[in-house]
Amino acid sequence: MGVVLVDAGGTNIGSVRYALQRLGVDAALTADAATIRVADKVILPGVGAAGPGMARLRELGLVEVLRSLEQPVLGVCLGMQLLCAHSEEGDTACLGVIDAPVRRFVEAPGLRVPQTGWNGLSVQRDHPLLAGLDDGEQAYFVHSYAVPVGDWTLATADYGGAFSAVVACGNFHGMQFHPERSAAVGAKLLKNFLEL
Amino acid sequence: MLSRRIIPCLDVRDGQVVKGVRFRDHVVMGEIVELALRYRDEGADELVFYDITASPQGRSVDRGWVEKVARAIDIPFCVAGGIRSVDEARAVLHAGADKISVNSPALERPELIDELAAAFGVQCVVVGIDSLRDADGEWRVRQYTGDPAKTRALPRRTLDWVVEVQQRGAGEIVLNCMGSDGVRGGYDLEQLKAVRAICHVPLVASGGAGAPEHFRDAFVEADVDGALAASVFHSGAIAIPELKRYLRECNVTVRL
Repeated sequence: MGVVLVDAGGTNIGSVRYALQRLGVDAALTADAATIRVADKVILPGVGAAGPGMARLRELGLVEVLRSLEQPVLGVCLGMQLLCAHSEEGDTACLGVIDAPVRRFVEAPGLRVPQTGWNGLSVQRDHPLLAGLDDGEQAYFVHSYAVPVGDWTLATADYGGAFSAVVACGNFHGMQFHPERSAAVGAKLLKNFLEL
Repeated sequence: MLSRRIIPCLDVRDGQVVKGVRFRDHVVMGEIVELALRYRDEGADELVFYDITASPQGRSVDRGWVEKVARAIDIPFCVAGGIRSVDEARAVLHAGADKISVNSPALERPELIDELAAAFGVQCVVVGIDSLRDADGEWRVRQYTGDPAKTRALPRRTLDWVVEVQQRGAGEIVLNCMGSDGVRGGYDLEQLKAVRAICHVPLVASGGAGAPEHFRDAFVEADVDGALAASVFHSGAIAIPELKRYLRECNVTVRL
């Protein structure tokens, strides 16, 4: 039954919901396991830190629920990192449905952390999630931790080296940037997810 | 490559966008959502809304318009204005703002920055700094600049404050150079360079933009991550698409 947004306390839930509304989809906000299990699509938004994010999912009893989902799931920003195996942020074990690590950007001259702003996407692999995306189109990132490039990578961006901007493993997908705040590019990618 | 950001700033007073010269004598520029959408369409990378009356009046920012903006636009925006607590910040973020910016309240109680960073992560926490050079040649911070009658000069040196706010958890710094604000003579490159040298988080220049060259200078010479301006955009003196094409010709990475 429709698209649900997992309400795990992330502050960008409102923005993601409005972005979906602009695409004509009214997503329910929920932390209810039964509602999440029967949804057609599940979005896990997130702004904040990995440790408190996982703690909140445990409190809500959603860790096993999210791991066992078989419908398309999209993690956004911290939500994407929570789908991974482990985050350096607070040495946190995450959901582990995408077997990738999450590492802190290493500060260097001219490389400010957090990365804040618009960065170009580079497509690495054909995938319906990236339909219509041209190389170099930009999306809005705000993050201090990132997923390295690996088997899970669909698109990269460059910040002192390539990192994963879009990932997928089976039915689990992630976007490190904020599609809800990435203008027409973000709307296109969200629409692609809704059509998976 | 990360793009340099062009950031129109909308000073909000009583629900409308206003702009003054040297932070004084404000005139109404237009309606909030209408201007926000116009800038989104023109290619602004981000928007900043300052509720300039909130801090001097000792009240928090009115949030009704925050949700309206969040529903309408699909680029990031930051809200500033009298945010004094984690609860007030949460309300603004939940209304749909991507970042919150603190200025005067952080000078009243610097621990506010630590609390906000712990609650929401440093990426949500912007610290605005209003700075002016004193007669002895030192840059020092100003407080309550939204109301000239209440503006206070503090003994705190701007460069010391830049170091401290980063230690406390600022994820971005907006440096408002008051000496150059509103007179369109260019950003204060000397001050921006001095701050850049000790600023390891994103730095946004504010105050003084009057021509496309001023943006180029801020990016190329002072290496700032974003450049904020108000009157030149509101008045139409500089159109964002042309500004970005010019910057690209100057080899500045921008989003077109």
